[in-house]
Amino acid sequence: MAEFAYEPEPAGAVVLAPGETAREIAGKSPWRLAGRRFMRNRVALAALVLFVLIVVVTFAAPLYAKHVAHADPFANNLNGTTVVDGKRIEVLQQGGGPLKLGETPIGPTWHSNFFLGADNQGRDVAARVLYGGRASLLIGIGSALLACLAALLLALVAGFFGGPVDVILSRLMDLIWAFPIFLLAISLATVLLTAPDGLQWGPVRVDPSSLWVPTLIIALVYVPYVYRPVRGQVLSVREKEYVEAAIAQGASNLRLMFSEILPNVLTTVIVMLPLMIATTILTESALSFLSIGVQPPKASWGTIIDDGQNLLYSRPWVAIAPGIMIVLTVLSLNVLGDGVRDALDPRAKLRIKG
Amino acid sequence: MKRSTLLAAIVVAMAVLAAACGSSSNTTSSGGGGGSSSSSTPSGSAETAGARGGTLITRANAAPSGSPDPQVNYTLQEWQFLIITHDGLVGFKRVGGAEGTKLVPDLATEVPTPTDNGKTYAFTLRDGIKFSNGKTVTGADVKATFERLFKIGDSPNAGSWYNVIQGADACIKTPKSCDLSKGIEVNGNQITFHLTTGDPEFLFKLAVPFGFILPADTPAKHVDIPPPGTGPYKWTEYKPTTQMKVERNTFFKEWSKDAQPDGLPDAIEQRFGLSVQAEVTQVENGQADYISNVDQVPADRLPELSAKYSKQLHVNPLLQTEYMALNTNVPPFDNEKARQAVNFATDRNALVKIFGGPQLATPTCQVLPPNLPGYQPYCPYTANPGAKWSAPDMAKAQQLVEESGTKGMKVKVNSDTTDVHKAIGEYFVGLLNKLGYKATPQFLSSDIQYPYAQNSKNKVQLAWSDWFADYPAASDFLNILLGCGSFHPNSNSSPNIAQFCDKGIQAQMDKATATAIEDQNAANQQWAAVDKATTDKAPWVALVNQKMLDFTSARVKGFQFSPQWYFLLAQASVK
Repeated sequence: MAEFAYEPEPAGAVVLAPGETAREIAGKSPWRLAGRRFMRNRVALAALVLFVLIVVVTFAAPLYAKHVAHADPFANNLNGTTVVDGKRIEVLQQGGGPLKLGETPIGPTWHSNFFLGADNQGRDVAARVLYGGRASLLIGIGSALLACLAALLLALVAGFFGGPVDVILSRLMDLIWAFPIFLLAISLATVLLTAPDGLQWGPVRVDPSSLWVPTLIIALVYVPYVYRPVRGQVLSVREKEYVEAAIAQGASNLRLMFSEILPNVLTTVIVMLPLMIATTILTESALSFLSIGVQPPKASWGTIIDDGQNLLYSRPWVAIAPGIMIVLTVLSLNVLGDGVRDALDPRAKLRIKG
Repeated sequence: MKRSTLLAAIVVAMAVLAAACGSSSNTTSSGGGGGSSSSSTPSGSAETAGARGGTLITRANAAPSGSPDPQVNYTLQEWQFLIITHDGLVGFKRVGGAEGTKLVPDLATEVPTPTDNGKTYAFTLRDGIKFSNGKTVTGADVKATFERLFKIGDSPNAGSWYNVIQGADACIKTPKSCDLSKGIEVNGNQITFHLTTGDPEFLFKLAVPFGFILPADTPAKHVDIPPPGTGPYKWTEYKPTTQMKVERNTFFKEWSKDAQPDGLPDAIEQRFGLSVQAEVTQVENGQADYISNVDQVPADRLPELSAKYSKQLHVNPLLQTEYMALNTNVPPFDNEKARQAVNFATDRNALVKIFGGPQLATPTCQVLPPNLPGYQPYCPYTANPGAKWSAPDMAKAQQLVEESGTKGMKVKVNSDTTDVHKAIGEYFVGLLNKLGYKATPQFLSSDIQYPYAQNSKNKVQLAWSDWFADYPAASDFLNILLGCGSFHPNSNSSPNIAQFCDKGIQAQMDKATATAIEDQNAANQQWAAVDKATTDKAPWVALVNQKMLDFTSARVKGFQFSPQWYFLLAQASVK
């Protein structure tokens, strides 16, 4: 499991990106500067284009399934047939040899229907990979946003108020951090999946097979990973002169937190967000691979790899295709994250620990 | 026996046992019969008998689950070894095919005919049989064995199978001071069992490893390696992380070829730790000889094996039923029409594909599997009702759903996360949605799915399960899985997952059990009627009866498949 540590630049320091002169940045707002630096980083731009492309393609899954594959990627198709090279054939084909053992799904046709072949339920793999991407991205982005938002709020409160509030929140985060991520996620998922009536918070009810379950679980386990660096930033910013000036002017606590401190720690979260998304997508895939994330017949890249591992010998594309999608997505997000960091915070250090 | 819980099952397959309880001599078979259905190797009779010597190397992904103690372990994986290291008073004939379900005398001189309404069983112990530690088997060992069964405290079936022995009730309450003097009378070589009630299946229970005779001085606590036994092999290694091994017992002299023939290999090993895919590759390459019955050959290797290694494959029917239990106490399946609707809608041919095709599974509508005593083919839930399933009847199913008034209800489909069972669960989610229900899946790890589905507290509506016969008797399916006494509310150990209890049908079951003491054939007819009556009430969607696929190396000769014990390891030659 990769962990990352983010060391932001000291607040208030003048920062120049490589090849940048003071004259060039004079009079420009930090956001404009960041945009300018990002646009000059071609690798990061390419990563952004790739990520957007993946998002667009996966979110077009219903169109692909309906108009190209002509298939329902969630309904089993065990007795289905399809036409390949003008011949109607069964999607699941009986094994050969004298004993005729086994039922093997058809492999890639490289045509519109069953482009990547079928899985062991006779479903179109290409359509499922696209739908699976939608679920993986929704959960990955959703849980990363939730984790970042929760961590930001908690870090603001803990760092600003300090004292017992800080101690309690920080120890709580340490407690969550102390659990191995997958052990905690698996435990939570098992409890939620076996709850006879799902999750119930007052009028809000979450069905155990809902995408919200993996989203909330993954968000929860990653909150401490964002909380720690942000809290450190808050502690540092809180002692700055402009904050003290605001206090002297009688600013309320809320104003201090959200108008003075938040804008100065937000870049830390923004830099971490793409990397968090990459990490949460990987976590979602792992949980779904273990059958405790997205619940079939819904698809995610993890569930499709799980389906594909039983077909590795005969139909490797079932596992390879979602694997490639995960690699491309995580790669693009990591490069994008580096680009955002360079743009917002050129001298910050971002270390990935294997 | 539940396969998924026990990792492997005792499977009593194919043969029709008309086993007149208590007599080996009048056991008959009819129909069905033995042998493999599609194997390139007839399982009912050995291939060319091979030579003695060599080491048979078997592979399993992991060691048998639970304690290695022979009175505690409940996996066929270990039982396949225990049957060649230990003996009971009676045993299943050690041959392939239908004959393999026949009871024959083992440590006893003959299979007794019960007296006193099935409450008394008298045995005479053979003279001169020795344990692998050199000590002679005596009546005291027999009594001590059954006392230890209770003293050990957690023998799985002590309270359900052996509680009929007089004095056993007190042993269950206070295991440490268990005394079966009243229930097991020993007089020299004469041993008499006194039961509290007539039990037509008692002899079967003596023929499985829980009833195998151990030395009287075996400590009444779990052992790390099975203690000395009387078979042709003795345990020499049991390391759960690496391997278990049996080697020749030098004190063994063959006393009955039927019950305990001498073995051919000098040693038999089972090595652990590889994935099943790697195990298949090892057998292909001749690095191993056999994949344990607990590890199923992966579906995507079947076409390759079928094409290239057909002579090393052995397909044999099992005495087993795959089913979806419909909870008869929770909506919507507390409604009989709703249950029948799902039965009519189920496309069992599609499910056969999930199990690997028609060579490895056959559709069924009823509780009892083919070849079990009392089995009579019956399928009311098909396009053309009769003896066999032919096609789903969606129109009828939709009509029944409408009539039941359950359309639109939410249904959670419970199954485990193994490949095949998850696929079955997904199939039923789709089917129920097609019928107008709002179905969602609930796939749980195979370790927790079975206890979870059994517990009525969890309100499971539709759950996948399967059952393998412990021994060839209809009651082992009907009474255990659908009898009123098998439903224990709020318990993880309540095998009647459907929570089905029909007093009329229960009375029929009780009558059939009583009849079996005197007349097994008449009892079989009564069990057939129970099977039909139960199937009509639709507490299950019976899916398929599976077949066993064994893959052996090219050097293995003399493969025999016993319906009771699967591949008879000691009867195969590797020389």
